[in-house]
Amino acid sequence: MRLAILDHGHGIRAKAMFALIRVFSGHPVVDAVKLALYRPSFYRAGGLTHEAMRGPSEWSVADRELMAAYVSKVNETEFCIAAHTATSALAYDDGAKVSATLADLETAPIPEPLRATLRMLGKLARENHLEADDMRRVLASGVSAQQIRDALAVAFAFNVTDRLADVFGFSVDDRAAISAGAKYLLARGYR
Amino acid sequence: MSDISSLHRSLVAGVLEGEGRASPAIRRAAFDNEGLEEPLGQFVEKVAHNARLVTDADIGTLKKDGLSEDQIFEIVVCAAIGQATRQYENALAALTAAAEGS
Repeated sequence: MRLAILDHGHGIRAKAMFALIRVFSGHPVVDAVKLALYRPSFYRAGGLTHEAMRGPSEWSVADRELMAAYVSKVNETEFCIAAHTATSALAYDDGAKVSATLADLETAPIPEPLRATLRMLGKLARENHLEADDMRRVLASGVSAQQIRDALAVAFAFNVTDRLADVFGFSVDDRAAISAGAKYLLARGYR
Repeated sequence: MSDISSLHRSLVAGVLEGEGRASPAIRRAAFDNEGLEEPLGQFVEKVAHNARLVTDADIGTLKKDGLSEDQIFEIVVCAAIGQATRQYENALAALTAAAEGS
């Protein structure tokens, strides 16, 4: 990573955690985990991300992981695209659906309410701004206002994380470690 | 229904008002993406709007300007949360406007 403190500046408890992860997963610690455990008294987003991704919602976990992957695709954040494509594919048990959605949202085999929501989240990530008409189109597709709020919570989490991953330079070299991380995220979440 | 509003307030308060190596004024300016002197101003603008284009050289410039890695870490976190907060709050306002029929 671009800041050495994020690779080597952790306290003794975090370093012990990294050792356990290496032993039990058989993989190096991915950079997202190193960030999450660096100075959590200053920056600790795991609770918010967990609520957005695993809290009660009419969206499934798979849908929300797909939203994370899609927002990351629009933001062009390679690490988060890889991590959440893998997690969404596992959650749906359908990698082809996830790949098709990221390749072409308009032709992907997904329900219209999810497509309309992803379209709205993509515009927000790309243009930073939405109008009431953008929301009316999503509501007209059958999505409730609460579902939109839930989707915006996912987008907030990844509009933060994507920027941090890009600026700090998260590595995407070890795809096996990212896949192992996807299994962990599905089993345990983000806290 | 998931609700991140109180978690969001805590997250923002933590990075702006919690103990840090960068001054609260710098952290607030990074969050708001305004009022920063160069080279920090251009860097924070890049974090907010073109994070994928940040390079090793950008970080090197900040270090040469006297910033420590921990200060850069805090400034980046504040800038990222600030821009994502503006996106989030704009979208919630658009939803409210749609629901009210305006």
